[in-house]
Amino acid sequence: MIPKNIRLAKLKEVSTTYLFILPAMLLFLVFSFYPFLKVFQLSAMDWDGISSGMRFIGMKNFHEAAFHDPSWWISMKNAGIITLLALTAQNLLALALAMIVDRDIKGKNFYRVVFYLPPVLSGIVVGLVWNWIFDGSHGLLNYALIHVGLGSWTHAWLADPRTALLCVAIIHMWKGFGWGFVILLAGLQAIPRDLNEAARVDGAGDWRIFWKITVPLMLPVFFLVSILTVLGTMQIFEIIVATTNGGPGYHTEVPITRILTAMVGSARFGYACSLGILFGLILLAVSLVQMRLSKWSSHNV
Amino acid sequence: MTDREETLQNLTEQYEREKHSRVKIHLELYAPSKAYQYKVRAAAQTNTLPDIFGVLGETRDLASFIVSGHVSDISAALDADDGHWRKQFFPKALATTTFNEGNQYKVSPGTYGIPIDVTNIQMLYNKEIFKQAGLNPEEPPKTWEEFIDAWHKLAAAGKPGFVSGWGETWMIDCFASNYAFNIMGEQKVLDTFRGKVPYTDPGWIKVLEIFDAMRREGLLVPGVVTMVNKTAEQTFANNNAAFAFNGSWCVNVYKGMNPDLSYGVMLPPSISSRYPMKIWGGAGSSFVINAASPYKKEALDYLKWLTSPAQQAVLSRETMNLPSNRNSMNDLPPLLAGFAAGMDSTTHPSEWPVVEDPIVVERFDRGIQSILTGEKTPAEIAQEVQALKEQLTK
Amino acid sequence: MSECASDSFRMYIWIYRIKHYTKLTLAHLFCLTVAAACLFPLFWMVASSLKTQSTVFSDMSLLVKHPHWRNYYAAWTRGNFSQFFFNSLFYTTVVVIGAIIISSLAAYAFSRLKFPGKNILFIVLISTMMIPIPGSFIALYVLLNKLGLVNTRIGYILPQINSSLALGIFLFKTFFDKLPQDLEDAARIDGCNKFQVYLHVALPLAKPAVAVLAVFNALAVWNEYLLAMLILSDRALMPLQRGLMVFQGAHITEYPLLMAGIAISIVPILTLYLLMQRYIVAGITAGALKT
Repeated sequence: MIPKNIRLAKLKEVSTTYLFILPAMLLFLVFSFYPFLKVFQLSAMDWDGISSGMRFIGMKNFHEAAFHDPSWWISMKNAGIITLLALTAQNLLALALAMIVDRDIKGKNFYRVVFYLPPVLSGIVVGLVWNWIFDGSHGLLNYALIHVGLGSWTHAWLADPRTALLCVAIIHMWKGFGWGFVILLAGLQAIPRDLNEAARVDGAGDWRIFWKITVPLMLPVFFLVSILTVLGTMQIFEIIVATTNGGPGYHTEVPITRILTAMVGSARFGYACSLGILFGLILLAVSLVQMRLSKWSSHNV
Repeated sequence: MTDREETLQNLTEQYEREKHSRVKIHLELYAPSKAYQYKVRAAAQTNTLPDIFGVLGETRDLASFIVSGHVSDISAALDADDGHWRKQFFPKALATTTFNEGNQYKVSPGTYGIPIDVTNIQMLYNKEIFKQAGLNPEEPPKTWEEFIDAWHKLAAAGKPGFVSGWGETWMIDCFASNYAFNIMGEQKVLDTFRGKVPYTDPGWIKVLEIFDAMRREGLLVPGVVTMVNKTAEQTFANNNAAFAFNGSWCVNVYKGMNPDLSYGVMLPPSISSRYPMKIWGGAGSSFVINAASPYKKEALDYLKWLTSPAQQAVLSRETMNLPSNRNSMNDLPPLLAGFAAGMDSTTHPSEWPVVEDPIVVERFDRGIQSILTGEKTPAEIAQEVQALKEQLTK
Repeated sequence: MSECASDSFRMYIWIYRIKHYTKLTLAHLFCLTVAAACLFPLFWMVASSLKTQSTVFSDMSLLVKHPHWRNYYAAWTRGNFSQFFFNSLFYTTVVVIGAIIISSLAAYAFSRLKFPGKNILFIVLISTMMIPIPGSFIALYVLLNKLGLVNTRIGYILPQINSSLALGIFLFKTFFDKLPQDLEDAARIDGCNKFQVYLHVALPLAKPAVAVLAVFNALAVWNEYLLAMLILSDRALMPLQRGLMVFQGAHITEYPLLMAGIAISIVPILTLYLLMQRYIVAGITAGALKT
């Protein structure tokens, strides 16, 4: 028999704990959970987003998305290509810069601020500037190529199906490497200096230090950066809208632009919701795989 | 239409004063257009639409709004007094928001919106560049052969060619549609939408081949295929293109970008003389009245005032758009007059009894982009589009 | 013998020095090139803001000959810019403070307190960060309308605090996880209740997390425009990004004014980042390394 005042004390204990999470849970239930459920409900409907009536059609939207919509899978492929580029080129660049800046070179603070500038700029400015750089007739890039004597390389960069996606990827990486840089730099600065010093005294060269000390210690950071890169890059869309609008053909379509087209352009709100859910599930799966890999690697190193 | 904000605001205040402040009007203008489309849909879903609003979108969207009970039928007000108000407008202007008997959207016949301006989309040409290449700036090409000839002369003089915002698929659609009407005639085009004529018909192949021809001739300014209309406007305004394909709103745009630009208006050069060349045109911006509004009469009065000759003249003068009131067509600057003259050749999807499925339209327009980049041939695109259409109608 | 040795020694030092300085110069060049690429749009934006509508795309110069400084004045006075600016400041401050308080409270519970369903709840919360559902913002509008929160400040603020929760709770939790148990026990013995331990012991140790969240959330709220456009129709409530729309008509964009407006709007965010950046490094360090 537990005495009454202890039971009361226990109740008080638990309720104060719940108070800690109450505001967060309330917000979450109202503003995340409910819209989440609503999107699920709508994905099973045939609805144009305007009329008050909608028809229940079950899994038909998903069926169409998975098997009858080549433009959807093209958009996933495009986003995937950009993501792969971001994971490699962008993050390698961020890592290289972080390692250089980490070594106490002059102007460290200057670089830290400047490299973080692109993420701060609004999508409008980014779109306008890069449109001008890549412009086919009077762009900065073509202008520079002509002046260097490589006039034959000039192109309508954003309009050529061979280069459009690559250019969009470049814009995205330019805007995104600042995030990776900040996180990687933080990770590097957490490595105790003496480890590196000791290794150097032992005669280890730069490469050995990198592979034997830096990489193993930075593995969790690498995984964090790669998960964030995948999530952030797959959701790219403002840059596309500001430059190529998904063209030419379907060469720069990405999942989010397809969803928005379905929502407003072809007035199929239910279908758009199903695309959104499909997209979310794929991203979830990819993130889970990455987290699994991260756990496995930190156990085996 | 945030660029017209000042003019509309001034006019509104003037109206409030004339009514001795018995009426208060609150204006909200939004940009960019896509964002506005979300806003108006969200408002519709929650029944928080204002008394007067614009449905930015296609006829299909307007129909949805009407069927859902958000839009009031104004035919009665238009036809009152022996059609006094209706007669003030260009018939084509009202056609955009008019639904006829037996329309495919199941909307009760009637007129549902009031246009405050009209617009059409034609071609422009740069008179200065024409002169420099030895072409007569007062005689733009009228047929396709003349057009290609003119281009050869321009190319020989090292001049840039044609620009348009073909990164925006509706612009491609408009150009293709104009030529479809010219080559095959309205009936055949509509029959294709109905499924009676396939897209692999030689008429359609001919339409697609126009784009292939433009590519082969090197007629296009580089980058047209992913250009937004604004960039195309800059290009033309900076004398970097001899031809442009744009709507009458461009007069205001070009004036702001380059007041010294010397240019003229022309119809797209026709290929066939069998059917007339048709351009897209009709109401520019239309306002509809909320069916649930308690202030319908006041709203109607305001719209009547806004579309009367005096206010239309002001709007037209300050925003450089064509008035919807046919009595305000005098005193138009020559460029606008050039556009106005085209109002007789206009058509618009909103007037047609049947339109194509947007999914097919998208595939068609994107396919044209692939033709322009040389990736696919007209025959291939025609097959793809036809296959898609057959799959959808199953 | 020793002379030879000291000669070769000096040579080695020379070679080493050359290698070292070459590496250093290359590294600097590399960094400077990237830095130039980052700064270029900023310069172009400022240069554009000083030109006129007709020269903004024909004049390619970065150093404008006749700078139109009055564009900045025009941008500020056109369309209530000052009102929008202060609204943005307000929203950003409230959301950031709210986000920090609510996430840290919840994170403390997840980290140090016991309650049933703790783990499941945490996973559910974090996975919302990983399943973005685009298009849910219209469902959000319908919801806000039902709650009567449309066109209110609080209706605009609450969803944004909610968006920050996943990252906030995650970050704070990693800090709180590292809190030494003895410190906490000592405080408890001294008679502190849970809340006081949170406030006086745990939170001060998570200062870097506060810095990181402050900057990330401030940036998100400051650049937000879609939600503002959907929810707020009253001029007096609108944030900056909505104000910038005044310069972007459906057909005409007044580029110089738009650029001036954007330039003005960047200043606070940059200032915040400049002030906070040294804490951010520490914040991410502790958050990222779980060893």
